[in-house]
Amino acid sequence: MVGIVVVSHSQKIAEGAVELAKQMAPEARIAAAGGMEDGGIGTDVSKIFAGIEAVQEGDGVVILVDLGSAVMSSEMAIEMLEDDSNVKIIDAPIVEGTIFSSVEASIGSSFDEVVEVLTGCKTYKKF
Amino acid sequence: MATKAEVLDFIRVYADKMAEHRQELTDFDQAIGDGDHGINMSRGFKAVIEKLPTVEDKNIDDILKSVGMTLVSTVGGASGPLYGTAFMKAGAAVKGKEELSNEDVILAFDEAVGGIQFRGKAVQGEKTILDSMIPAINAIKASIAAGKSMTDALVDAEKAAWDGVEYTKTIIATKGRASYLGERSIGHQDPGATSMAYAFQAAKEVAEKAGK
Repeated sequence: MVGIVVVSHSQKIAEGAVELAKQMAPEARIAAAGGMEDGGIGTDVSKIFAGIEAVQEGDGVVILVDLGSAVMSSEMAIEMLEDDSNVKIIDAPIVEGTIFSSVEASIGSSFDEVVEVLTGCKTYKKF
Repeated sequence: MATKAEVLDFIRVYADKMAEHRQELTDFDQAIGDGDHGINMSRGFKAVIEKLPTVEDKNIDDILKSVGMTLVSTVGGASGPLYGTAFMKAGAAVKGKEELSNEDVILAFDEAVGGIQFRGKAVQGEKTILDSMIPAINAIKASIAAGKSMTDALVDAEKAAWDGVEYTKTIIATKGRASYLGERSIGHQDPGATSMAYAFQAAKEVAEKAGK
């Protein structure tokens, strides 16, 4: 199953997005990598790295980010992986993206399919 | 030239400066960013200092890499990956060295600034760290090429860095959160350029102390 890592400056945002997605896709492999080790605001490369490792089953991992250092820290975490071939940061809204990708991944879709859904999520109309 | 003891001293002096200027850097960041630059940098370098005794017996490259690794996991803001990458790249540039020649120092600075440019996808003139760092490195190169001592080169570098900080007051931020402010960012100095200027100030003080 494709794994999902949610990277936010806020631990609560990351955990909240995961909580919401789990409601629709309880079996999805999602890791919340928000905030610093002490729970403070920020992004932490080692926390993101651990998140990727935790959800990588070999089918790939998509990373959702909020902004700024979330992107840079995720890039660094990917660079530290032994195999980064199917790990990708996707430019998508973090909450919607987490839900959409969790549902897509949990029905057994491929990495490319999950990426495609996430990319489309950016222009998804709410009303 | 720089010995390992001087590299360690630089890290300690810079860490002290980040603690000392914590509020000032935070105030600059509050004006145009998310108001955490001083808090983040002082937290990161406090962690660096705590970790330093475990690596100070190693080569210079291992020490610099360890500083970088600590920063990326403890700073929290964009300055974590940026300064972290700078230290890691500087370390990789002087692999296996017990002592740095002037050429090694320049190479380390070049690799560090290259790392920041790569990581931040920024160029000079966007109201970032680069606006003090690039002029400072250029000043070191010019001064060393003109036959000056490393101390004198670093005096010139610090001056160039602060000139760069002044310049950031005149330009619009196009990177990071300050970019959301657009023209309202004019008139404010960039916190990242400021914290980087303190790095050259720290390096100058260490060189002066060592009589280089």
